[in-house]
Amino acid sequence: MSTDSSVAEERSVGIPGRLANWNVAIIAVTVVVLIVAAATVQNFATSQNFGFLVLDLLPIALVALPMTLVIVTGEIDLSVASTLGLSSAVMGYLWNANQPIETIIPLCLLLGALLGAVNGFFVTVLGLPSLAVTIGTLALYRGLAFVVLGDGAVADFPAVYTDWVTGTIAGTSIPNVLIIIVVLAAVFGVILHATPIGRAVFAVGASDQAARFAGVRPGRLKFWLYVVSGLVAGLAGVLWTLRYSSARADNGAGLELAVVAAVLLGGVSIFGGKGALPGVIAGVVLLASLQNALRLSDVSNEALNVVTGVLLIVSVLAPNLANAVRSSVQRRRHRSDPLQGHRPERAQP
Amino acid sequence: MTAVGLPGVSTRRSSLDLVLRARELGIVLALALLVAVTAISNPRFLSGQSIRDILLGTAILAVLAVGQAVVVITRNIDLSVGSVLGLSAFTVGTLLRDHPGLPVVLALLIGAAVGGVCGAVNGVLVRYGNVPALVVTLGTLYVVRGITYFWAGGQQINADELPSGFLDFGNATLIGIPYLVLIALLVLVITAIVLRNYRVGRELYAMGSSPQAARLAGISVGRRTIGAFGVSGALAGLAGVLFAARFGTIDAAAGTGYELNVVAAVVVGGVAVFGGSGSVWGAALGALLLTTIGSALAVLEINQFWQQAIVGGLILLAIGADRLVAARVAATLKMRGSHVN
Repeated sequence: MSTDSSVAEERSVGIPGRLANWNVAIIAVTVVVLIVAAATVQNFATSQNFGFLVLDLLPIALVALPMTLVIVTGEIDLSVASTLGLSSAVMGYLWNANQPIETIIPLCLLLGALLGAVNGFFVTVLGLPSLAVTIGTLALYRGLAFVVLGDGAVADFPAVYTDWVTGTIAGTSIPNVLIIIVVLAAVFGVILHATPIGRAVFAVGASDQAARFAGVRPGRLKFWLYVVSGLVAGLAGVLWTLRYSSARADNGAGLELAVVAAVLLGGVSIFGGKGALPGVIAGVVLLASLQNALRLSDVSNEALNVVTGVLLIVSVLAPNLANAVRSSVQRRRHRSDPLQGHRPERAQP
Repeated sequence: MTAVGLPGVSTRRSSLDLVLRARELGIVLALALLVAVTAISNPRFLSGQSIRDILLGTAILAVLAVGQAVVVITRNIDLSVGSVLGLSAFTVGTLLRDHPGLPVVLALLIGAAVGGVCGAVNGVLVRYGNVPALVVTLGTLYVVRGITYFWAGGQQINADELPSGFLDFGNATLIGIPYLVLIALLVLVITAIVLRNYRVGRELYAMGSSPQAARLAGISVGRRTIGAFGVSGALAGLAGVLFAARFGTIDAAAGTGYELNVVAAVVVGGVAVFGGSGSVWGAALGALLLTTIGSALAVLEINQFWQQAIVGGLILLAIGADRLVAARVAATLKMRGSHVN
């Protein structure tokens, strides 16, 4: 939670180089996992399983995109899975009330944005710690989802919509929802890495105060990031409901773990200021394909959570350990080679 | 995440004490109001059985909340307590099923030891891995739960498989007070005294107020961090044994989602999430308030599904109120000419 002195130190050492390393490493690991899974797990490398894999990673991938931006600014949003659940519950409630699906879907997206705005209000206007706020709304939104729909389920959504979500592009085995993922990933990638908004996000994450002096309004930026996070979680709730053709209050429970794990696995620093979207996409694919391969190997869902949990811890632990090893090696080299200290890149402490 | 907080406030003992006393008084008032309203609408709420149920429920939640408070005071968080409770309950349940002669005291110690190990792992990862507590304990929440599922599979330990001596312990009373409540009180009083009067306790507050300053003051922050997580884990393990004794039925899902209630109890009880302030008394009162709300909803025949939403709302209300109070205290201190920050 606190920015340790060693972390601050880590920040000042060649960031772009190491981040690139991590991105390359995580993409390489993902490719290796995909190859190994295709070679050893039966039915992994089939077009049918590809469809399932994409549908499985759909909610994680969507929610991970705004989550990346939120974490880069140094905040967090743990309420996304509950927002997804509430969006799904409201969708079921309105469908039960005989509302047309064409009005329900925009309303659910609006609801998501509104729930995100509530988070944003507490974090930026009242200045409360985002961790505590979003743990609170995690409970609140999930509770409201149960209040809205109880523990029942609503099914029978129009086949046109459910078929589109589970279907593929005509004549190919590419799932339709992949279009949504690719388009949104491209949009978020461009925003984060090629616009002033993206640079402001990194600036706020590196130093709120410095960003302020540079003319960025951190509060306003974070508020809108929370709105977008809620909006995308609302969309994920709609797609989740259509995929299973079942609106339930407990839809997506616990998804926040997978999302945070994927984002951190993708090389985004939990302390803010660092990260890149290609790595996050690789993290999502890695996580989802690992889970998919293990599920095909008859590993139970609960045991899968062990894998997600371990990946989450390792993804944060590994860079820190690597850093510690590197600095201890450097120290030793420094002792044996007195000239080391006079090289220009070592001049900065 | 944002390690901003209000450093300086907690060094002003007198004003802080005043705030805390007002804070705990606030919970007591809310509690009294809730009990009064519920009892008027349905006198059954104040029956012996109903009060007993509330106290037993509070006992388990309060033990967890006391451990959580110790961790939160050091500006950390432990989200793994629900899973640790489950692992401990299942371990002790299995042991008692296979060795019915096991004394209850030993069962309590084994549960605490299982939890203590989990807590120490959390502490070591936070300290030496340099990983934020949120991430570590979010990870171990799932890892520990997964281990329990791996081990338990679909099996469930039923009350008729447990020795009657152990089940009696869950229901028996000493001079009218259930053993579980006595244990919770014991844990509460000991922790409160250590935190208030002993050097270790004050060091935990110092770490929460400012980790850097604590390190400069010569406090071994690493050992204290691991210790705090160890205590939280051990108490979660102890709570697991209490859970097993009270309910008698244990499966791999025992205690799922408890972490939300525990965090809520602590935050509602006035332990600031930025660390460095609050007391275990407040945390225990928070646990009592949350449990009473649960019972009141049932008695008032309000949809049980509101419970979780209310928990969430209370968390937001509590941190919002604390921020307002902290801002006011800071303003008062500034007016007196002392330098905050």
